[in-house]
Order: sequence, then structure tokens, then C-alpha cells
Amino acid sequence: MKKPLYGLTALFDTPDALMHAVEETAKAGYTRYDVHAPYPLHGMDRAMRLKPSPLGYFALVFGLLGAVSAVGLMTWITLVDYPLVIGGKPFWSWPAFVPVAFEITVLLASVLTVVSMIVIYFKFPNNSHPLHDTPFLKRVSSDGFGISIEAVDPLFDEARVRGMLESVGGKDVGPVYFDVEDLNHGQKVFDLKFVGLLAGVGMVVSIITYLGLNVMLYMEPFSWMMEQEKLKPQAASALFSDGIGMRPPVEGTVARGFLPYPYKGRPEDAGKYLVNPLPVTKPVLDLGREKYMTFCSPCHGNFGRGDSRLAGQFPNPPTLHSDKVRDWPDGSIYHVMTDGQNVMPSYAAQVSRDERWAIVHYIRVLQRAHHAKESDLQ
Amino acid sequence: MSTDTQTPSYTSKTLSPQVDRIGLILLGIGVVLVIAAFVFEPVRAAFDASILYLFMVSLAVGAIFLIALEYITGAVWSVPMRRVTEFLAGLSPFLILLVIPLFLNLHDVFHWTHQEAVNADPVLQAKTPYLNVSFLTVRTIVFLGIWVLFSMLFIRNSTSQDVTREASLTTKNVRLAAVFLPLFAISITFTAVDWGMSLDPHWFSTIYGVYYFSGTVLAAVSAVTLIVILFHEGGYLPGLRRDHFYSLGALMFAFVNFWAYIAFSQFMLIWYANLPEETFWFMARWENGWQFVSVLLIIAKFGVPYFALLSQESKMNTKRLKIMAVWLLVAHLLDLYWLVMPTHSTGASLSWVELGFPVVGVGMILLLLSWKSKRYNLVPIGDPKLRRGLDFRL
Ligand code: HEC
Repeated sequence: MKKPLYGLTALFDTPDALMHAVEETAKAGYTRYDVHAPYPLHGMDRAMRLKPSPLGYFALVFGLLGAVSAVGLMTWITLVDYPLVIGGKPFWSWPAFVPVAFEITVLLASVLTVVSMIVIYFKFPNNSHPLHDTPFLKRVSSDGFGISIEAVDPLFDEARVRGMLESVGGKDVGPVYFDVEDLNHGQKVFDLKFVGLLAGVGMVVSIITYLGLNVMLYMEPFSWMMEQEKLKPQAASALFSDGIGMRPPVEGTVARGFLPYPYKGRPEDAGKYLVNPLPVTKPVLDLGREKYMTFCSPCHGNFGRGDSRLAGQFPNPPTLHSDKVRDWPDGSIYHVMTDGQNVMPSYAAQVSRDERWAIVHYIRVLQRAHHAKESDLQ
Repeated sequence: MSTDTQTPSYTSKTLSPQVDRIGLILLGIGVVLVIAAFVFEPVRAAFDASILYLFMVSLAVGAIFLIALEYITGAVWSVPMRRVTEFLAGLSPFLILLVIPLFLNLHDVFHWTHQEAVNADPVLQAKTPYLNVSFLTVRTIVFLGIWVLFSMLFIRNSTSQDVTREASLTTKNVRLAAVFLPLFAISITFTAVDWGMSLDPHWFSTIYGVYYFSGTVLAAVSAVTLIVILFHEGGYLPGLRRDHFYSLGALMFAFVNFWAYIAFSQFMLIWYANLPEETFWFMARWENGWQFVSVLLIIAKFGVPYFALLSQESKMNTKRLKIMAVWLLVAHLLDLYWLVMPTHSTGASLSWVELGFPVVGVGMILLLLSWKSKRYNLVPIGDPKLRRGLDFRL
């Protein structure tokens, strides 16, 4: 089978000669041609009579997309998902967003513009081109300056084009043919062998990196946060006369949230004197339910029936719906959580004071649900 | 493109006598107003004199920087308009005139020159090795010396090339540029510290020098752009085309962004760390009406020029470039006002006292341009890169 003609190519020694040839080509009315040079040539766009590239608008759209999504993401994080007070600043502290928004804007604008250039103009995933692997392309990627005029140009006539290229000083004027094999098996990017090779190289490099850096010579990626000028718990310190880094609290003070429990070992007094300080509101009950489900339900069951999920690994607790517990004042339930009872340990360390009181309210809800009165149904 | 040796034909032209006359009138009016300002409101006038000095340093020294940049990078596009930059750099010797009123009024402007204040203030005492009048004088003289020397050397080599056409003069200027650039970095930084930052001697910001530098180059590029376009329209620089204007516009746009980047960096670090010894400086600019000046500054020096110069077309549009050049020069003046004035008045205000100073500046520049155009060619006709510069394409 005769190979189909792609076009004619010609080489020039200097950028000026190429520029002249391009001007002549454009003047002759050809439109389907391209110029090849080892480096960008100032003024070439205009000599080729190219319209301004629309890629700038891609960059604009992607940049705006980046800016909007970065600000949107940080707004959602700081206002909705995880509001944190940082340095006493408002949750929505926009100056802190600016660097991130700037970076994402630049990142999306540049990367996506290049990607769209490859997809739209290079017709990804098609990666074969008749000029590939030709002596012409080897020359124009080292020291030559070349032009290629495609056969699909409406004005193309092999003899005429050859004459025109030679008349403007083109050297090595010659035809380039389509590779029939390439034509039939386009889209080489998704060739199984090629993709497999890429994946294989990626895997080998990852494994070598992992073994080399993490296993053979352990290297921390970043240690700046780990190695700070600060005293760690249990560390010695020459600064204090007793040589101990950890300091006891100042005499006569109590840390916030660490009020000592006055009814240790005195459940009766706890029941008598402690009053639930929290109102019965939806948020409080929600909090109580959340904490109950987390800390109590593994042993007491989801509804307080004493149906532990621990399958006998721990003594099953009694039901919380017994008359005894229902008649207990709030303080007594609070006391069990705070001080423990027999095999049940204290949860004071895991569950804060307010959370414990919220759980008490929630247990009351469970009990009421189990012993609903006639009136509750109306 | 033709070979480098071929030089375009050039007929020497001088600016119309109009420029001379307007320059003289403006300078006269300006000087009268400035003298009146010093008579009636000496303290405020002294602050205004600082602003004018910093502004003129921006134009003159920024222009030397642009010349050095062209030589060190081997740029060709800016060669056809380099004479304009050289004319601006020729302002350098006249900076000496502008700095004299500052030294006569140091006491009115700089808190740290008050001995009794220093005695009562351990922070100022710790800073006296740097902040003292004799060292300030030495620094200022050295910096002015550097600027005057280098501007004269650059210009001398460049203008004598018009006659001799010696390529070696370009090489000489490349070497000069290599020496000048680090000296420029040091001198412009400490000028900013001396006449700007030390107004609030307790305050410090390590990026302050870069901040002033960014505005300086922006102002110099804007001034060059403005004069180049005006010359071009008047037929004095006929060879230029949109590729040249685009390059000027791109530089302007780049430094608009650079200024905003630096200004925001300075603000964000201080805002984030929230240390009282740093934040008070921004608080002073966010109270008593100064907040409007601050917002205006952001809009004027970044918002408007950013969008006005964003598109490729706008950078080739000489009319828009002209407007933006004037706009940015005014914005730079506003920037310096915003840096300096809050130390003088806690409430934002504009006074007739301010009026004369910019007028003096404009008058000086017009007279300088007219005088230089009589002495020198408006195009560096002997520069071996001139042909390529004229043929420059994007
Ligand atoms: C590790 C399993 C376990 C967890 C978790 C647990 N408990 Fe208990 N709880 C027990 C056991 C076992 C008993 C019976 C102790 C005894 O022998 O008196 C008990 C007893 C109680 C009693 C007393 C019941 C009675 O009739 O004497 C109350 C009230 C109680 N738990 C509440 C809670 C609450 C509220 C939580 C969640 C903070 C909780 N428990 C978490 C195992 C647990």
C-alpha cells in the first residue's frame, strides 16, 4: 500500500531565513503549516499570522476556579466543619486564606492550562505524529530551523510547494509520509505495554524509596515540629533546681476543668447534695446521647438494658431501668460515672463534668422511654 | 533582521521650548508654595519634604536600577528608549538639594533625635548605634555619592558611545551594573529604613526595604513609560512599536503584583503574630480616617491597575498605558504619604501644605528633560544593540 503523504518539510540555517520563508508561505495563502525551532522565536506568531491563542481564557477560568474553590474550602472548614479559635482571631480570618488561595489559583491556572493544551491541541491520547522520528525533527530540535506544510492545505500542490520552499532558500526539501502502522494503531498512550511499564517504573521507584529512606536509613521527612525548643513531659531540665522538667501546679491553684471531686467514696452524700446543673434541652440531650453511645453503650447496651456487646469479656452490668436506679437522684448516677462502682471504673478522665451531667439527662430519657406512662402517649 | 553594525538614521531633535517654560513655571510656583509651607507649618512641611525626597529617590535611583538591569541582562528591547531612563537617572545629583531641608528639620520629624526621649527609653538607647545623626549623615552622603557616581558613569559611557560607537563602552556598563546592583540593594533598603521606618523608631519590619523597592521600581517604570509614550507621540521616538509598549506594560503589571505581594506579606505576618510592638503601626493606619486611606491605597496601587493592565491588549494600548502610568505615579505618592504622614498626624487629613511639593518634583523633571534633550540625542544611536532593539518582536 502506498503511504499517504503528510506534507513537505524544509530546513533553514538561521532564524532570519526561517522568518522570511514563513512570511512568504503566509503571503502565498497557505494555512496548514507549522514552524519548528529549537527555541522560541520572537515575532514568529505575527509572521505566521496566528490569531491570539485562546489559552489565556482557559487560564483565567481555571484561575478563578482555583481562587473560588480555595476560599470556599477554607470558609467551609473554618465556619462549618471544624471551627477552631486560632490566636484569638475570628473564625473567618480571610488574611490567612490569601496565601493558600493565591497558590491554588496559580496551581490550577498553570496545570490545568497545560493539561487542556495537551488534550485540545495535541489531541490526547493520540501521541503519534508523522514528524516523529524523522531526520527533520532531529535537526530542528538541535540546530536547524524548519517549516512543514501539510498536504491537507487547500492550496497544496507538491510541485508548487517544493518550488516555493526552494525559492526562499529551503534546504533538504522533502516529503514526510504518514506511518500506516501509526494510523491503524493510534492512541499509543493507552497501549497496555506502555501503561504497564509506567506502572512498573512507578512501583519500583516507590519501593526503592521506601526501603532506602524508611527501612535502611530511617529519615524523618520533616522534623521541625518535633525538635522544638521546649520541654517534653518527663524530660530533665537544668533550668529548675530539682532537675525535673515537669512542674507541679502552683500551690493552692486548680487547673481549669480539673476541680477535685468532693464526694470521693461517699455515694450517699453525692446523691443528696449534687444537683444536675444542665437544663434539659435538645443540644444537651444530643450531647448526652453522643457521649453515652461512645462511653457507656459498650457495656450497658444502646438502651441501657445491660445487654453488653462485650460478649462476656467483662461482667455484664445490671439494667439501668431497675427501680433502684430510676429512684436514684441525678447525683447518684453522676457519682457512679465520676467515682466508679465496684468493677465499673471511673469515667472522670474521659468524660468531662458537663458531659457527665448531659449523660445523666439522657439516661433519664431512656428510662422514661422504657416506662412510658399513659400520658406520654398523647 | 539586519546586521548589528547598521544604525538607523537619526536626526537630533530637542523638546519644544514649551516644556522648558512649563517646567520653569511649575518649579517657581512649587518653590513659593514650599517656602510658604515651611514658614506657616514647618513641622508638616518637613514631613512633606520627606515624602518628596523618597518619591524623587524612587524615580532617580529606580531609573539607574532599570539601566543597570538592561545591561546586566543583555536586554535589547529597552535600548531604543534607554535615553529616557538615563534622563530620569540624571535627577540623582539634584537629590542632594532635596535632602538638605530634611537635615535642617530632623528634630521636627524624627522622635529619636530628641535626646531626652532617648534617655527615657531603653529601646531607643539600644538603637542609638544606628539611629544617631552623625551616622545618618554619613549614610546619606555615601548613598547619594553612590547614586550620583553611578548615574554619571552609566550616562557618560552611554552618551559617548553615540559618538565613538565603541562596543567596549557597553561592556564597561555591564561591569558597572554588576557592581551597582548590590550597592543599589543596600542603599535603597537603608534609605527606606532611615527616612521611612525610623519615623516610628520602636517599630520594625524586615520587609520594609523590599516594600519601598517594589514601589520604587514601579514608579520608575511608570515614569519611563509615560515619558516614552509622550515622546513617541510627539515624534521624538519614532521607531517604537506595540512590542515595546507591551514590554513596558508587562513590567508595570509585574511590579503592581510584586508591590501587592510584598505589601500583603508585611501585613499578614504582623496580623498573624499579633504582637503589640508590631501591630500598633498598622493600627495607626486603621484609625481616625487613615483606614480610608489604607483602603484607597489598596484599590489605587493594586485593584485598579491590576484589572486595567491584565489583558494583553491593554498592555499595548498606549492611551491606557499613559493613564495607568500617571495613575501609578500618583499611587506611589499616596503610598509614601501613607507610610510617612500618620507619624505626624493621628487623623488623616490633606492640607494645602502638601500642594507645593509634588509641583516642585514635576517642575524639576520637566526642566531636566528639556535640558538633557538639548545636550544629548534622544536615542542611544551608537549602541550596538540598537538595531536589534528596534526590530524587537514579541
Ligand atoms: C466497662 C464496662 C462499663 C462501661 C463502659 C460503663 N459501665 Fe456502668 N457499670 C458497669 C458494671 C459492670 C456495673 C455494675 C457494677 C457493680 O457491680 O456494682 C455498672 C454499673 C453502673 C451503674 C449502677 C447500676 C446499678 O444498678 O448499681 C450506673 C448508673 C452506670 N453503670 C452508669 C454508667 C454510665 C453512665 C456509663 C458511661 C459513662 C457507664 N456506666 C459505663 C460496666 C460499665
